[in-house]
Amino acid sequence: MSMDSAGSQQGAARILSGLLEARTGQILSEGRAWRMETALRPVLRAHGLEDMDALTARLVRENDDRLEKAVINALLNNESSFFRDLQMFDMVQRQILPHLHDQRSDHTLRIWSAGCSTGQEAYSLAIQLRNAWSRWNGWRIEILATDISSSAIEQARSGIYSQMDVQRGLAIGDLIKWFEPHGDDWRASPELRRMIDFRQDNLFDAREAHGEYDLLLCRNVLLYFTPARRQAVLKLLGRHSHAGSVLLLGAGETVIGQGDDFIAHPEFRGSYARQTALATHRMGSARRVG
Amino acid sequence: MKNCLVVDDSKVIRKVARHILESLDLTVSEAVDGQDALNQCEASAPDVVLLDWNMPVMSGMEFLQALAGAKVVARPKIIFCTTENGISHIKAAVDAGADEYVMKPFDRETLESKLSIVGII
Repeated sequence: MSMDSAGSQQGAARILSGLLEARTGQILSEGRAWRMETALRPVLRAHGLEDMDALTARLVRENDDRLEKAVINALLNNESSFFRDLQMFDMVQRQILPHLHDQRSDHTLRIWSAGCSTGQEAYSLAIQLRNAWSRWNGWRIEILATDISSSAIEQARSGIYSQMDVQRGLAIGDLIKWFEPHGDDWRASPELRRMIDFRQDNLFDAREAHGEYDLLLCRNVLLYFTPARRQAVLKLLGRHSHAGSVLLLGAGETVIGQGDDFIAHPEFRGSYARQTALATHRMGSARRVG
Repeated sequence: MKNCLVVDDSKVIRKVARHILESLDLTVSEAVDGQDALNQCEASAPDVVLLDWNMPVMSGMEFLQALAGAKVVARPKIIFCTTENGISHIKAAVDAGADEYVMKPFDRETLESKLSIVGII
């Protein structure tokens, strides 16, 4: 690659990073930036474009929504797995869900998986609930799962996962019980799929979340945002929380220094409670349902 | 350090598995068939067995049945690791007492995940 060509590609990379940030709020870390061309290769091929330079030229020249959407979907990191962070899911199963069960006298449970990627997190929660169905039978359970990537949501909604996907985090007993063979792939059972409402949504212009949720998960999402945008997301999650809600972030993420909407949860290590909620936390709480 | 016994008649598979398992801080021993694995389980006590299905002398399923009646200090965790990827095979293995099941081909992340599920790492 000549120096001119390298410079031009860097310019294209800057434009595409800017597009990603403008549309999703995500900033490409250096580690992801160098993989940009690899991530975009299928898009280049599908549109008959030679390189990122040609891609940016077409994006600038033509108002091609489909191409722009394809670029955004390709640049978003959709890495996910079932029961990602087993310790956390163990805490959800042993402590958090039983706690919410005791707290909700109205027998409704509302969960929001914000930034759900290809859906494994939401399905993992649905599996935990189904495996303890004698406890939840008769309850009204809502699981909302949102992500900005339309292709990720499409896959999540289909419930179809490759052999490699189902082997990452999913216990064999759960695979047999809750999935069925689908050609060379595996598909989540209709019971699981019916439990989850997958919606494409932008955390900075959230339209799909309504009312307050008992359990909110926003894991491995904040790390892609600027501090100001992290605060905006936590504020949004705070608006959709009530006094007894539990918020779970990714292992490397925290609310510390990110505004005053949440603080460390007094009971569940590594999780968070709404700041203003502590006084009423142990007394139970009312909840607005959207 | 926990020990994993890799049971496979393919030298290549044993080598790949060893490489991954050692990178996960496990000590590794190898067996070429079910009978060899049974002898090793009686002599030492591996924490986990990564078990192929189709092998000469004694298959993975025959090994599982023999292990139930064998004199072992502690029953190891059993992770089947096989190209038999049909649901009937998976169910048969679980019914016979397998703790986990890896469908070949596998990678580091898959093995790490399965070892974590059975509590080895």
